Amino acid sequence: MSDENFPACPLPISEYPRILLAHGGGGRLMHRLIDDIFVVSFADLALESGHDGAILDRPDGRIAMTTDSYVVDPLFFPGGDIGSLAVCGTVNDLAMCGARPLYLSVGFIIEEGFETALLWNIAQSMRQTARAAGVYIVTGDTKVVDRGRGHGVFINTAGVGVLEQDIHIAPERIRVGDRIIVNGDIGRHGTAIMAVREGLSFEPEIKSDCAALHKAIESLLAAGVEVHCLRDLTRGGLATTLVELAETSGLGLSVNESVVPVCDGVSGACELLGFDPMYVANEGRFAAIVPEGEADRVVEILRTIHGMTECADIGDVISSRSGRATIRGMLGVERVIQMLSGEQLPRIC
Amino acid sequence: MKYLDEYRDPTVAVGYIRAISNLVTRPRMIMEVCGGQTHAIMKHGLDRLMPSGVTLLHGPGCPVCVTPVELINAAIALAGQDDVIFCTFGDMMRVPGSKRDLFMVKAAGGDVRTVYSPTDALRTAIANPERQVVFFAIGFETTAPANAATVHQARQRALDNFSILSAQVLIPPAMEFLLSAKDCKVDGFLAAGHVCTVTGYTEYEALAERYNIPIVVTGFEPLDILRGIHMVLEQLESGRSEVSNAYPRAVQREGNVSARRLIDKVFRVTDRAWRGFGIIPDSGLELSEEYADFDARRRFALEVTPVAESGRCISGLILRGNKTPRDCPAFGMDCTPDHPLGATMVSSEGACAAYYRYGAEAPTTTSEPGGQT
Repeated sequence: MSDENFPACPLPISEYPRILLAHGGGGRLMHRLIDDIFVVSFADLALESGHDGAILDRPDGRIAMTTDSYVVDPLFFPGGDIGSLAVCGTVNDLAMCGARPLYLSVGFIIEEGFETALLWNIAQSMRQTARAAGVYIVTGDTKVVDRGRGHGVFINTAGVGVLEQDIHIAPERIRVGDRIIVNGDIGRHGTAIMAVREGLSFEPEIKSDCAALHKAIESLLAAGVEVHCLRDLTRGGLATTLVELAETSGLGLSVNESVVPVCDGVSGACELLGFDPMYVANEGRFAAIVPEGEADRVVEILRTIHGMTECADIGDVISSRSGRATIRGMLGVERVIQMLSGEQLPRIC
Repeated sequence: MKYLDEYRDPTVAVGYIRAISNLVTRPRMIMEVCGGQTHAIMKHGLDRLMPSGVTLLHGPGCPVCVTPVELINAAIALAGQDDVIFCTFGDMMRVPGSKRDLFMVKAAGGDVRTVYSPTDALRTAIANPERQVVFFAIGFETTAPANAATVHQARQRALDNFSILSAQVLIPPAMEFLLSAKDCKVDGFLAAGHVCTVTGYTEYEALAERYNIPIVVTGFEPLDILRGIHMVLEQLESGRSEVSNAYPRAVQREGNVSARRLIDKVFRVTDRAWRGFGIIPDSGLELSEEYADFDARRRFALEVTPVAESGRCISGLILRGNKTPRDCPAFGMDCTPDHPLGATMVSSEGACAAYYRYGAEAPTTTSEPGGQT
């Protein structure tokens, strides 16, 4: 597989511009939908349409497996769409285990009346993202639900990866003195989504950071970096990840607000909406907890090989066995980071 | 970020803190009126950077917090009606009424929509002519002009499916309510800058004179707040009590005259119950007779019955500046943002929520601003 953009195919189901309940009914229409959209899109990604499941060779190493469901609204947003998200999100969950992603399954739950052209675009986006990431979509499922019982389309992907080295990447490996590295500026995905949802536009446009992260992780592992823990910064943002890692490890995680990278656009949008970028979702950012002596090398690798120019060393693991994450603010005062009760809510004034 | 970073400069902050320390000769209690200021204070740890003689009290300036339970109940009742689309700002969604919050109404099938502006609600009404759209008009003088303009537009368009449930409140009567209490501890006020962009500050001049208290119109960035504190202390130490403006980049003495005119046309002043306070005379806004057709209370013949608040919650004392969240035995134990007992824990701008979020039990260490970990 290569990274080149695959030329857009003509829409194959022009006689059905919208998905009908019958497309999920198990009959001829369903088979046409699968053949004309999914098999065409994923054929060279090894989708097997003729079986109930995929038969795969056993890889050499331990297996990592994960699953995630994607319900993003809007389905298309600057920097990505639900299809690219469904591939990257699951690839990243595998990468955070230190695994090389190999295979994905994909399940579509489509709402009756959904535009067939949009489904095609989503399938093409998944195809391109999977090809670029080097993963195979090997099995899938399609359901159609009554109009009003879905939100256009929901996607579930499960992923299988292989750990090729004898490594253990987990919160319990975090040690006092470790450094906390983030691979780029935070808050882009959540801000991009919010901007579309609320009809806000920013100059320049804020794009989602949606990206597959496994190649960056592979570089770190290939360079022999002793990675103690990895976590992708999705819902709840960097703040929530830091709280989770502090609680799980029982150690104190301390970061410095003045070096946490946030681009001007996100910073400005968050000011406007009353959000804290520390809690805003990302889809292409991770935190790596590494021994102090490795921190500079990690930053160097991510910056030079992967172009993650905003990558930064934002703090360290401190001796306090508090199980709490803290942040040193712009004015030097340290405060505890709390997990939010739910989503951030835009404030009144 | 331009226009913000310059008001967060650690070096300038150090200068202000030194100046404040040099200025203060005896214990002073300064109340920031606005919840946005409370949050900035907690986020940047300004309270912990103050010299021991300066105590910051957190005032009633969170419109979500002070909206009384009976109005929340009325909102919840409306939002559950089949023919109603109920539009609200996001942070009202999880404010508990007597039994439920708006999130629960939504989960039970109510059509509750979060909007960013009252004009979003108006558009919803235009797009759904067969349904009644109610906007929960909440806020201080800051949100009143946009809400007034929206109601005015609704009338111009002769929309008969749009109405508002007004919970608008006014700041100066609440400040006077605090000042007239026998146990008032406040030595000086940081007035809410955004409110003053609309109202100006002539109304505060009478308060400063009558109660012999310095009032400084203050912004929301750390340096704005430090500047406001410094200006209050300058007055206190030199025996003056007047209104001064530490937020001149946004506020003029007369405020926004056309916005004020619109508020006066669309609304009328009324007595209003404040959560944690009780009824404060002339502290709320209802639609004027001219616009009364757009009053959801009238349109739906809503009964708004006063409701007793939790006896365990001391938010009334906190909103008056007589207690801090740390004085409350329920704080962080039985009362958290997940299960708020009362006003000041419910909204992101409430004092208890700010204390909780920014480190109720934070380590007390500080270093030079901008220092590396």
